[in-house]
Amino acid sequence: MAWNEWVGLAFIGVGVLFDALGCLGLLRFPDIYNRLQAGTKCVTFGTCGILLGILFHQGITTFGIKALLGIPFLLLTSPVGAHALARGAYKAGIPLWDKSVMDEYTQSESSRAE
Amino acid sequence: MSIILLSLFLWVFWILAAGNSDLLTLIVGGVAAIFIGILWGKRLYVNSHKAFDIRRWFWALIFLFIFIWEIIKANFDVAYRVLHPKRPLSPGILYVKSQLKSTWGRVFLANAITLTPGTLTIDIQEDLLYIHCIRIKPNELSVLRNKIVARFDRYLIKIFD
Repeated sequence: MAWNEWVGLAFIGVGVLFDALGCLGLLRFPDIYNRLQAGTKCVTFGTCGILLGILFHQGITTFGIKALLGIPFLLLTSPVGAHALARGAYKAGIPLWDKSVMDEYTQSESSRAE
Repeated sequence: MSIILLSLFLWVFWILAAGNSDLLTLIVGGVAAIFIGILWGKRLYVNSHKAFDIRRWFWALIFLFIFIWEIIKANFDVAYRVLHPKRPLSPGILYVKSQLKSTWGRVFLANAITLTPGTLTIDIQEDLLYIHCIRIKPNELSVLRNKIVARFDRYLIKIFD
C-alpha cells in the first residue's frame, strides 16, 4: 500500500476509536446534559477523523473532496444540534444530575417553558 | 454585494460537491446559485467591508489552529472522564460574559465553546452565555468563567468586531 493509504487508515482508526468512546460516554454519563457533552465532542472529532482519513486514502478525487466538505458542515451543525437539545431539555423541565454543583440558568427569563 | 458573494460561494460549493465540470453542471448550478442568492442575499448580514479585510482572514487562520488544538484537548479530556472508573464529574450551569458585539461572532463563540473541553452552550441572552460545564470547582468560579471565554474571545473580536 502507498503511504497515503496508511495515513488514511490511521486517521480512520483514531476516528473510530473516538466515536466508540463517545458512545461509551453516552451510556456511562449520568444525565442528558453530560451525555450531550460526550456525544458532541467525541463524535464530532471522531467523524472528522474518519472523513480526513477518507481524504488521505482516496487522494484529491471527487470522493475525497466530498469528505473534506463534510468537515465544516459537521463542525457547524453538531454544536448547534447539541445546543438545541440541551435548551429544549432544560425548558421541558428535565432536572440536572443530583450531584450537580450549581445552576445559574434558573435566574434567566428564557429558562422557563413557554 | 452580498447577493454576488452568496451566489459565488454556493456555485463553487456546488462544483466541488458535484465533482465534475460539465457545461450542464456549471449552468444548472449557476442558475440555482443566482436564484438562491437573490432570494436570501439581502437577509444574510454580511458586512462586505469586513469580509475583504485581509487582517481578519489572517486572524481567522490563527483562530482555526487554536480551535483544532482545543478540540483535540477536549477529546482526550472527555475520553479520560468516560474511561475513569469513578467518573470524575461535578457538573453545573454557569453564565459567562462575552465582549463580542456581532451576531456572527457570538455564533462562532458558542459553537467553539461547545466543541471544547467540558463545556456546552445552552443559551445565549445578548452578551450572556449559559454554559453547562462538566467539572466545576465552586471556589475557582471567576477563573473558570474567564478561562472559558477569554481563550476564543480575543481572536473572535479581531475577526468579527
